[in-house]
Amino acid sequence: MKHVHRVRIGPVGFRIGSDWRAPIAQIADLYRDYPAPNDGVADYNVRLFAARPWRRWLRPAITLGGDFTLPDAVPMPLDWGVLAAEMAMNLQLALGERRYLLLHASAVERDGRALLMTGVSGAGKSTLAALLATRGWRLMGDEFALLDPATGLVHAFPRLVSLKNASVGVMQAAAPAARFGPLLASTPKGDLRHMVPDATAIVRMDQPARPALILFPSFGFDPATRPLPQSEAFVRLTQASTNYTALGEAGFDALTHLVRAVPSRAIDYPDTDAALEMVEAEWSAL
Amino acid sequence: MTLVRALRDPASTAALDGDGWTALIAMARAEQMAGTLARRVTGIAKPPAADCLLTATLASAEQGRIAALWEAEAAHRVLALLGVPVVLLKGTAYVAAGLQAGQGRSIGDLDILVPRASLDAVEAALLAAGWEWVKPDPYDDAYYRHWMHELPPLIHRERDRMIDVHHTILPLTARITPDIDAMIDDSVTLGNGLRVLSREDMVLHSVAHLFADGDLAGGLRNLWDIHCLLKEVETSALMARARHHGLEREAARAMRLAQALYSPSEVEKPVSPLTLADRLYRRRLLARDGWGRATRPLTRLAFYIRSHWLRMPPLMLARHLWTKWRKAGPA
Repeated sequence: MKHVHRVRIGPVGFRIGSDWRAPIAQIADLYRDYPAPNDGVADYNVRLFAARPWRRWLRPAITLGGDFTLPDAVPMPLDWGVLAAEMAMNLQLALGERRYLLLHASAVERDGRALLMTGVSGAGKSTLAALLATRGWRLMGDEFALLDPATGLVHAFPRLVSLKNASVGVMQAAAPAARFGPLLASTPKGDLRHMVPDATAIVRMDQPARPALILFPSFGFDPATRPLPQSEAFVRLTQASTNYTALGEAGFDALTHLVRAVPSRAIDYPDTDAALEMVEAEWSAL
Repeated sequence: MTLVRALRDPASTAALDGDGWTALIAMARAEQMAGTLARRVTGIAKPPAADCLLTATLASAEQGRIAALWEAEAAHRVLALLGVPVVLLKGTAYVAAGLQAGQGRSIGDLDILVPRASLDAVEAALLAAGWEWVKPDPYDDAYYRHWMHELPPLIHRERDRMIDVHHTILPLTARITPDIDAMIDDSVTLGNGLRVLSREDMVLHSVAHLFADGDLAGGLRNLWDIHCLLKEVETSALMARARHHGLEREAARAMRLAQALYSPSEVEKPVSPLTLADRLYRRRLLARDGWGRATRPLTRLAFYIRSHWLRMPPLMLARHLWTKWRKAGPA
C-alpha cells in the first residue's frame, strides 16, 4: 500500500496501510509517542482503500479492510480517516484476537489494581475512564480490556479515546492540555473527536494490572448501586466479549475466574460528577 | 510466493525480518492457512513477536479442531438413528482421521456426504434437530435441489455452525460425473460410526473440488491438502481410481502443481513438468500480495468465468445468469 504507519498499542502491533496520505499522516501524528510493533512484526494489518480505483480521487470513500473483515462494510468519507483507522484496528482485534479474552470495557488503574467499566454504547464508559485519568488514575483503555487467561491480569490497550457529542466538550474542559484529533461531525455515532491518552497511559502501557472491581454504569438515572451476582456478571460479560466463544474452554475459565475473584456492581448515575463520586466511593469500599 | 516457499521449506523463513513475517502472516491469513503455516514453522527460529503470534494461531486452530469434531458428533447423533452411511468430507474428515492435511487447518462448515436416496430423510432429521435454512430465495433453493451436488446450506440455530449435505461431489450439471456410489461403498469407518472416503477418493474429491469446480478461490489451501494427501496413496492406484471417476486429467494436473509448488527440490515421485495451462493455474493460485490482497484481476476474472462454464451447459448458464441478473436489478 502507498502510505503506511506501524504502531504498537499495548501488546498489539498494527501495520496500517492506506491509498491516501491524509489518514496515515493523521494517525502517525496522533500516535507519535507510541512505539513500533515488537520485532517489527505486526499482529494485525489494517487497510484503508478505495473500493474502485477512481474512488481514490472522485468522491473518495474509504473501505475498511484487514486480516479479518466483516461482509458489507460501508465506505466512509475520506475526512473520517482517523475514525476509519480506529474502527478497522478495533475490528481486527474483535475478530482475530486469541491470546486475550477481549472485554468491551474501559479500564483504569490505581495502585496496580484495575477498574473495569462495561456497558452498552452511551453508558459513559469512555468518558468516565477519560475523566478518571485526569484525577490520578492511569488510563488503560476505553474500548477493550485484554484479559490474559493464563495470569488473570488485564493488559492495557490505550488507543485514542473516542469521545462522542457532549463528552467532547467535557473532556476539552477537563484536560485542556490534551491533544485532540479532527472533529468528525455527524458520523453514525454522532459528533466524534479522538483524544490522545496522556503520557502516563502511553509510558506505562506495558504494565498489566490485577482486576479489582467491575462496574456496569448506566447514564440518565437517579443514583443507585446494586451488587451483581456472579452469574449475572458472567452472562453480561460473555455478551461484552467479542471472542468468548472463539476461545472455547480458555475463555470460559478466564471469565469464571474473573467474576469469582472480582466484585461486580451496577451503578446508575444522573451526571458525570455524581458518577465520579460513586466510582470513588465503590473503590474505597473495596 | 512467500507463503508457498515458507510452507515448502520452513527453514527458509529464518531469513525473514519483521516486515517479512508481517507479510507472510497476512498472506497466510488471507488464504485461511495461518494455522497450517504455524504448524510448519514450529521449532524454527523466529522473532519472539512472530513466535507469540503463531503460538496463538496454533491454539486457535486447536480450538477449531475441537469445534469441528464436536459439530461432526452433533450431526452424527441426529443421523445415526436413520441408519444411513454418513461420510465426513474435507477439513473435518482430515482432522477426524488424524491426517497431516488436518494439522493446523482452518475448518469452516461441516461437509458430509450421504446417499442421494436418503437425502429427504437426512434433511428432515436435521431440520427437526435445530438446523434451519440459510437461503430463503425460492430460485436459489430450487436451483440447489435441481442441479447442485448438495442441499442448500443449513445452519444450526444455537451453535451457529453451517452444514453442507452433499449427495455427490460435483454439480449434476458438470461434464464430469464421478461414481459416487463407489465412493460411498468404499468409504471407511472411523470406529465412532462416522465414515471418511478411502484415501484415493479423498484425494480425488479435493482434486475435483479444486480443478473441476469453482474459481480456485482458496486454491492454495486445497492444493496443500492434496499435497499432504498424496503422501497417503500409491500413484498407480490413485490414477486407476481417477480414470474410473473421469478425473484423470485433473488428478494429473493436481500432482504436477502440488509438486511444483509444495515439494522440496528433491523429487520423491517423478511427475511431468508444468504445461502451459498449468502455468495459468499457478498464476491464479499465487495471486496474492504481502497485504493479503487479491492481485491479478484479469486472471481471477478468467477463472471465475471458467468456473461457471464448467458447472453448466451454455444455454443453462445463460438462463441462470439472466435470472440472477434480473433479481439483482432494481426490484
